Amino acid sequence: MTAIDPRRLDLAAEFRARPFGRHSPELQALLDIMRRTENCQHLILVSIAPGRWVLGERQPEGKPPDLFMDEVFESREAGEWAAFKRRWQTLAGRPLELP
Amino acid sequence: MTKPGVVGYLDALYASPGDELVLRVSVLDGGGRYRASLARLICGETGPGGPGLKEEPVPSAIDGEHAGDEQPVPIGSYAIVEDLPPLETVEFSLLVWPTQPRRGQQALMSLGRVRLLMDAGGAAALSIDGETLSTGRPMRGRAWYRVKASYDPATGTARVASTPLPGFHPETAAAAEGRLESGVRATGPLLIAAAPGPNGRVVEHFNGKIEAPALRSRNLAAAWDFSRAIGTARVEDGSAHGLHGRTVNAPKRAVTGARWDGSVHDWRQDPGHYGAIHFHADDLYDARWRESLRLRLPETLKSGYYAVKLQASGGPFYVGFIVSPRRDAPRAKLAVLASTVTYLAYANYRRRMSPGPFELTMGALPTVDMTDVLLAEHPEFGSSTYDVHKDGFGVDHASIRRPLFNMRPTGRFWNFAMDLCLTDWLEAQGIAYDVISEHELQERGAGLLAPYRTVLTPSHPEYFSLEMLQALERYLGGGGRFMYLGGNGFYWRVSFDPAHPGMIELRRAEDGTRAWAEQPGQYYHATGEYGGLWRRIGRAPNALVGIGFIAQGFDASSHYRRTAASRDPRAAFLFAGIEDEIIGDFGAWGDGAAGLEIDCYDASLGSPPHALVVASSENHSNAFLLVNEEMLSNSRGVDGTLNSRIKADMVFFETPAGGAVFSTGSIAFVASLAHDDYRNNVSRLLRNAIDRFLAPEPFTMPAA
Repeated sequence: MTAIDPRRLDLAAEFRARPFGRHSPELQALLDIMRRTENCQHLILVSIAPGRWVLGERQPEGKPPDLFMDEVFESREAGEWAAFKRRWQTLAGRPLELP
Repeated sequence: MTKPGVVGYLDALYASPGDELVLRVSVLDGGGRYRASLARLICGETGPGGPGLKEEPVPSAIDGEHAGDEQPVPIGSYAIVEDLPPLETVEFSLLVWPTQPRRGQQALMSLGRVRLLMDAGGAAALSIDGETLSTGRPMRGRAWYRVKASYDPATGTARVASTPLPGFHPETAAAAEGRLESGVRATGPLLIAAAPGPNGRVVEHFNGKIEAPALRSRNLAAAWDFSRAIGTARVEDGSAHGLHGRTVNAPKRAVTGARWDGSVHDWRQDPGHYGAIHFHADDLYDARWRESLRLRLPETLKSGYYAVKLQASGGPFYVGFIVSPRRDAPRAKLAVLASTVTYLAYANYRRRMSPGPFELTMGALPTVDMTDVLLAEHPEFGSSTYDVHKDGFGVDHASIRRPLFNMRPTGRFWNFAMDLCLTDWLEAQGIAYDVISEHELQERGAGLLAPYRTVLTPSHPEYFSLEMLQALERYLGGGGRFMYLGGNGFYWRVSFDPAHPGMIELRRAEDGTRAWAEQPGQYYHATGEYGGLWRRIGRAPNALVGIGFIAQGFDASSHYRRTAASRDPRAAFLFAGIEDEIIGDFGAWGDGAAGLEIDCYDASLGSPPHALVVASSENHSNAFLLVNEEMLSNSRGVDGTLNSRIKADMVFFETPAGGAVFSTGSIAFVASLAHDDYRNNVSRLLRNAIDRFLAPEPFTMPAA
């Protein structure tokens, strides 16, 4: 696991504003760390109905993902942000709190 | 949408009005009932940025509720030799190359209750009616061994031995001798790489290669030579007894054997180097389900994308297929060439549901829906050519004879579902069109295309056979007009195996954006064709359609910007009524017309010198990375923010026989057509192109 700088809330804000598309080099470096095998938590976004998504965890050998049904998202962007926050908490050692 | 409670498949991916299709159904939810209907598919699920799912019910004889049950899938490959005479003392001999030792008991050769095994500990063992004699010494994975065993039913005397083939290893031969239960007769059929189970099932599938299996008894000496009849489903006995057999579920032929030393790479040059067959417990060619319903297609059915819609508990399961015009029917001027071969290559794609750094490639989380989750619950439906077998070797076959989870208008916005954006737009424009399929092109050749003034591909015709390429080239050579409205097309070579109707073969050789890498020495298909990228084979798509694969990214799309060449009088028809410099800064995938997988012009790869690059995309994201076939060694500066070569080029060029080609170079292109109720510059551009391509006036080559 590679620690990230919990003070770089600016990068989190950048991702929240635009999870898809061009990122600054520093945000891209942060995402590359978060998305490594050891850090990615094997998350997956599962559509449970049109326009309704939940996060899940991929399982070895393609077994059915464990679905986290406690939180339902209305867009892929919202799901990406939730995944970002989960990884931030693990890597930074504290919850991500943005104004 | 909850998981479908029923699945099924048809015996063909295309048919014509009046044809009869056989539907095979398995009810998974235990309810014993399902409903069936026929639907014409107009638009797939597009998400909030597009028009969304559009389908029309089509009355047919299958409408209504039916009884059904769950049908088993006999997954796993093996070879079988039937019609053996009664056997007394038996001696087995073979070469084995296990790939999953210590992963459960696996049968090497079996004759009823007399079985030569690799036991759960990975050791060669002889089992007589369940009583086992083992060498006790595990065999290594991916190493060759000679395994021998004998059994005398009169005395119960049994012997088994494994001997590693010479090499740099400290292993020595291992053997065991003893008495097992006497009086057990070895009875046919002979199964190689599996054993008979209860209720006619076949069990204990072996994972790995087997070569030169031989069987000797007092009245019999047979030796099967897998280097013979490669490219077929036959296994031939080289002895005078002629005890030929067959393979089941298409294990991989044309694989390197124990003799292979790197001096031969084309199995046809010296088949003796290719005397092995690679078996897998998760090979699947034919689910062999009982027939459930017969669907006679109405004579008046319009050509298009269709599905049999199955419904039990949960969401619907779509069994997609193409309805092409009858041979004797009048044709539209325009045909959509549905990418059925690519749909098949992607069918039952599981890997995105496995752990791994998926997002480093994609730039976004992998996405699935509940139908995909159902697939994950059923490994017996087989995998895609993007997956690997349990032993880590790539899945190089894809067959239509099983449920196909991606031939549907729902789920991932990709392939089949994405391509419906094109039919939706054609419907909205009121343009008459037929839909034909790549599978039909493979069977009928250029004659299928000849009646059409223009042929379009949808978003991603990635997998192409030589015969399909030749048909397109003949069509263009005869003055045909062709539009490639996608990205990463004509990329991988596939072949059609005449011994396995409905199955394609793929070898991901040498290079390319690969889900797995073919093994050294195995770059030639069982058909004898050299596999891999068409670019590496010397037939880059650039020469056919002006552009070829350059980058991919799955987070966001971008737009095209017109070039100076778009003002060339030759291209004036394309931009009639379009004042914008920016084309396609909108769309249902990633808010842009240029995205997902994109292609660019490259004269060094054969892009025609007179082709006009009329627009190019720009401003792609960090997720877009230069494809590795463009790089001799790793380097920095290969993402979309830094590398100017990462762009989709929109090209137009004329052909000498009065035809022309228009290519857009982006999978996301068709997902922009419906923006703003179809009133947008991508829609206008394509309409302009089609109007000209359908006009009778020939195109004229420019002066040199």
